[in-house]
Amino acid sequence: MIDSLVRGVREQGPAYLIVGPLAMLLAFPFYVMVITAFKQQRDFYDLQHTPYWFHKHPTLDNARFLFNETPYTHWLRNTVLVGLAVVAITLVIAVPAGYALARLSGRIGQSLGVGIFLTYLVPPTLLFLPLFYVISKLHLQNQLTALVLVYPSFTVPFSIWLLMGFFKTIPQELEDAALVDGASRLKTLTRVVFPISIPGILTVVIFSFSLVLNEFVYAFTFISSSANRTVSTGVYTDLIRGDLPQWGSIMVAALIPSIPLALLYNTFLDRFIAGFTGGAFR
Amino acid sequence: MEAVSQARPRGRRWQHALERPGFLASLLISPAVIFIGALVGGPLLLAIYLSFTNATAGSLGGKWVGLENFRREWHNQAFQDAVWHTFVFTVLSQLLVLLVAGMLAHALLKRFRGKWLLRFLILLPWAAPLPLSLMGWTWMFDTTYSILTWTGQHLHLFSKVSPPVWLAQPRLATGSVIAVQAWRIIPFATVIFLAGLASIPKEVDDAAAIDGATGFRKFLSISLPLQLPIATVALLFGIVFTATDMAVVYILTNGGPPPSDATEQITTWAFKTGIESGSLGGGAAISLFLLPILAVVAIGMLVFARRTEVT
Repeated sequence: MIDSLVRGVREQGPAYLIVGPLAMLLAFPFYVMVITAFKQQRDFYDLQHTPYWFHKHPTLDNARFLFNETPYTHWLRNTVLVGLAVVAITLVIAVPAGYALARLSGRIGQSLGVGIFLTYLVPPTLLFLPLFYVISKLHLQNQLTALVLVYPSFTVPFSIWLLMGFFKTIPQELEDAALVDGASRLKTLTRVVFPISIPGILTVVIFSFSLVLNEFVYAFTFISSSANRTVSTGVYTDLIRGDLPQWGSIMVAALIPSIPLALLYNTFLDRFIAGFTGGAFR
Repeated sequence: MEAVSQARPRGRRWQHALERPGFLASLLISPAVIFIGALVGGPLLLAIYLSFTNATAGSLGGKWVGLENFRREWHNQAFQDAVWHTFVFTVLSQLLVLLVAGMLAHALLKRFRGKWLLRFLILLPWAAPLPLSLMGWTWMFDTTYSILTWTGQHLHLFSKVSPPVWLAQPRLATGSVIAVQAWRIIPFATVIFLAGLASIPKEVDDAAAIDGATGFRKFLSISLPLQLPIATVALLFGIVFTATDMAVVYILTNGGPPPSDATEQITTWAFKTGIESGSLGGGAAISLFLLPILAVVAIGMLVFARRTEVT
């Protein structure tokens, strides 16, 4: 009994000593954000008392201000609209391609897969000027359509790569059995392969959505009016750069999309790693 | 598999074509290839074309000016500084990432109570949308109400008379953006390292134990070499995500603080030239200087992909 306790401490102690403080350090900004979000303005502008805890009553005034006095709900709606459209386009293009690349054996499949993946590495900071040129020529400036058109440029390569990894884990025998039973290839795809890939597809949906929320350069360059912004740029351009930053409301604005996304992210992380590293880097 | 599809009776021509794996595959892949060609390949070529013109954001039209944009930036002090800052920013932040993520991954490999929660906390910087979590950092770096300054002053680390102004002093600003960038990448590198460590077969561990290899010795001669390939991948990604992303620097310091613009990067300089000053051609030329970095990373990945194929 005592033996096992001693062994437990000896084995787990160093892990706690390393992981504990580092985890707290990494999560610290979120602690500050949460506590600021619920503090009265007089409280977080008070240098006499500790900023680590409440000195006055917690309040929902910051959230109230955000929803009543700023275009935040517009930004949320815009973000969801863009996200849904981008995810739909991404799935239509990436699911068939990811499957085909996973099943194409030999050199061509491998090179094509790696080639598509490398396009994911071409960053927005390299493409935003030519795309700005194209968007202007098409008269799509300041429209959400511009973002829907451009965002798949990074969600598609990324999703193809992830899906390729997932499809490789589905045994070929399963498909062969369906084929032997007389099902056509297309039917095998829709009835056998896609249903068991739903977890993988869900992972792609979440991570594509997360890429959309993370995107800053395109949204910042293409959208100029407050009403058409997404959350990622609206909070910065309208709330921070405004006359007097309302820090409490800014923190609420930042936390509302972050927390659900972080929970989903954590839930799907293992699948993400399997897909991400499972393509060619196995 | 080939034999099965050939043995079946031939149906209508179209249906037969669908049964040929090669045809079906190209049918499934071609939309993606066309799409990526149009949205990545096309703009990339357009960026190269624009960089040889004096196109502006206002009129869009531009005349061919040859290498003028490149020549001008090459001799521009602001651009040279931006290249150097990008280098320092990338190298230092990635060193920090390797150090912390390496430690975290090794510690997280063990089973222990509360691991789920700790993993969640570690993942937060990567899982939360960066432009939003940077709002938290902007507040934490506030000139007057910074929690970091308050803490430092109460620990008697900082002076009360002239406290640090995080984003307004050149060295502090550089350090701040490096720290925040590392903070952002650490969770990603940790999970990739962890995947690499977890893929080391149990037998290798057992064999090492029998041979009497423990602790640091085991880490140096067994874990490290086996982990190196996947650590390289994490590092290559980290380099791309750092050198080519402008969100952290743009939101926190906007390339400042003036007058020296100590945190100006290739990316922010390209943005300022191309969008804020409206010189599309000049901005395109600047951002094309990111290509060598990308090329090195791409070659690194290809070499790595081939190596795993062989083994």
